[in-house]
Amino acid sequence: MRRRLARGGLWLWVGIVLAFLFGPIIVIVLFSFDKVNIETLPIRHWTLSWYSVAWHDEQVRQAFVLSIKAACAATLLALILGSLAAFGVHRARFFGRDTISLLLVLPIALPGIITGVALNSTFQWAGIDLSIWTIIIGHTTFCIVVVYNNVIARLRRTSGTLFEASSDLGASTAQTFRFITLPLIATALVSGGLLAFALSFDEVIVTTFTAGAQNTLPIWIFGAIRLGQQLPEVNVVVTGVVVLMFIPIMIAARLTGRDTIAPRSRQQVLN
Amino acid sequence: MDPDNGVTTLDRAENGGTTSLRSSLGQRWATAFLLAPPLLWFLVLYVSSLVVMLITSLWSVNSFTQTIDHHVTGSNFQQIAMGTYPSIIGRTVLLAALVTVIDAVVAFPFAYLMARIATQRAQRFLLAAILLPLWASYLAKIFAWVSILEKGGALDWSFRHLGLPSPNLGFTNGAVLITFCYIWLPYMIVPLFGALERIPSSLLDASSDLGAGSWWTLRHVILPLALPGLVAGSIFTFSLTLGDYVTPLLVGGSNSTLIGNAIYDNLITGGNLPLAAALSAVPIVIMVVYLLIAKRLGAFNAL
Repeated sequence: MRRRLARGGLWLWVGIVLAFLFGPIIVIVLFSFDKVNIETLPIRHWTLSWYSVAWHDEQVRQAFVLSIKAACAATLLALILGSLAAFGVHRARFFGRDTISLLLVLPIALPGIITGVALNSTFQWAGIDLSIWTIIIGHTTFCIVVVYNNVIARLRRTSGTLFEASSDLGASTAQTFRFITLPLIATALVSGGLLAFALSFDEVIVTTFTAGAQNTLPIWIFGAIRLGQQLPEVNVVVTGVVVLMFIPIMIAARLTGRDTIAPRSRQQVLN
Repeated sequence: MDPDNGVTTLDRAENGGTTSLRSSLGQRWATAFLLAPPLLWFLVLYVSSLVVMLITSLWSVNSFTQTIDHHVTGSNFQQIAMGTYPSIIGRTVLLAALVTVIDAVVAFPFAYLMARIATQRAQRFLLAAILLPLWASYLAKIFAWVSILEKGGALDWSFRHLGLPSPNLGFTNGAVLITFCYIWLPYMIVPLFGALERIPSSLLDASSDLGAGSWWTLRHVILPLALPGLVAGSIFTFSLTLGDYVTPLLVGGSNSTLIGNAIYDNLITGGNLPLAAALSAVPIVIMVVYLLIAKRLGAFNAL
């Protein structure tokens, strides 16, 4: 009896926490259809007009394009550097591998603002003008670890006998990579890339310090909320970002199971 | 942690005889070639940037020319030790600690049910359910709380309909606390779930077979084994709060300045990069101390 009561209590708690987690997201989605430009309940008139306003807003469009460009470039760089690091650390049998893992995770273990100020100091010191390239450098730095975690987790779970068999049967290193390694890690690469893309697309803390005069979409949203202007439009844009980010996340989750999606990966590195 | 602890068949094979036919020197070169590009990226762009930042923190801004004066001085750190900065730092650490404790308390029963009570289907559902709030846009979540907490917002409206007085939380430190707890909660649930899930059921059976009650088992078996997950989650909640300036700026009031805001203001609006750099050293020191304490508690050994 007491056991059943305890379980009932736990399920109740889970229900409350889920309501707490989902409530605010539901609120912004609902408000994005509100005709009035002040957010008050109850919503009396429903409209899609703010979607049209946001869609035709040149500033939003430019910010969106910049965000997509930066996220694509950062994802590509993170895919290359992160998987190289994973292959290297996986092969390496020396005491430095823990240090390398720690180094890669540092940009997300330390507050993001540190990365931002550090890069900003360096760009100012070296006389480098802030541009899309400096944004990409910042994003790549914290995206590498996502790809790295995905790929190394897959490599660890893959039996080495497959590679041995391949080379015993006379395959060259390139052939083994093309026909054995690549198919085995393909989904880990895709999922790592999607997560890196989502992380970059949504980033504001580091970006503020590495972006010049151009706005990424998160910087535009941040500025608009801060000034309290165009709030109905902000509502539509953030709803769009939530939906847009959720697609790659769900695909990534499907591809690799839950291991690689969550911050749990950080523990693996801190070990 | 992976059960194989990183020692895979491939590694063993390489250590053993299979690869001795190939030159081990060549293997080492190949490894070095693989590691060189990512390491170069990190050393040139990240580590050296941290060094440049710390050097910058020893410079100052010439008050006449508004340019950076490259003479080494400790004046930035003197400035941080005085005035409003100690109270800003204290407020930030207190808030980060509060957020961490609240999220741990809220997350634990959730993660426990997910890991040990829910059926496989329910567990899959809950894991998927946690993904949306975990990965929903950061600014979307903050904006949601701006509109919920502001005067006449969703919270005021619900309270009025329940016949309660308005909570008046908009643009206060309370609003900042709630928003932080909300945003980082999934980051606490996931690692905690991972740790709880890995506890072997046999240990819990043994504990109850030996006559321990549920509370005793919880306190002396489950909690110590869940500690690594708790620490991993707390690194997120603590570190993310420590460096945040967006949340206090958007949902907080005039009294909500955190270290992140001080850094942001000095760099972006004040144009005082050296002081911002010096302030950035504060979260680094706090996080290093935090990680050392966690390590001392043995939190990483059991991961």
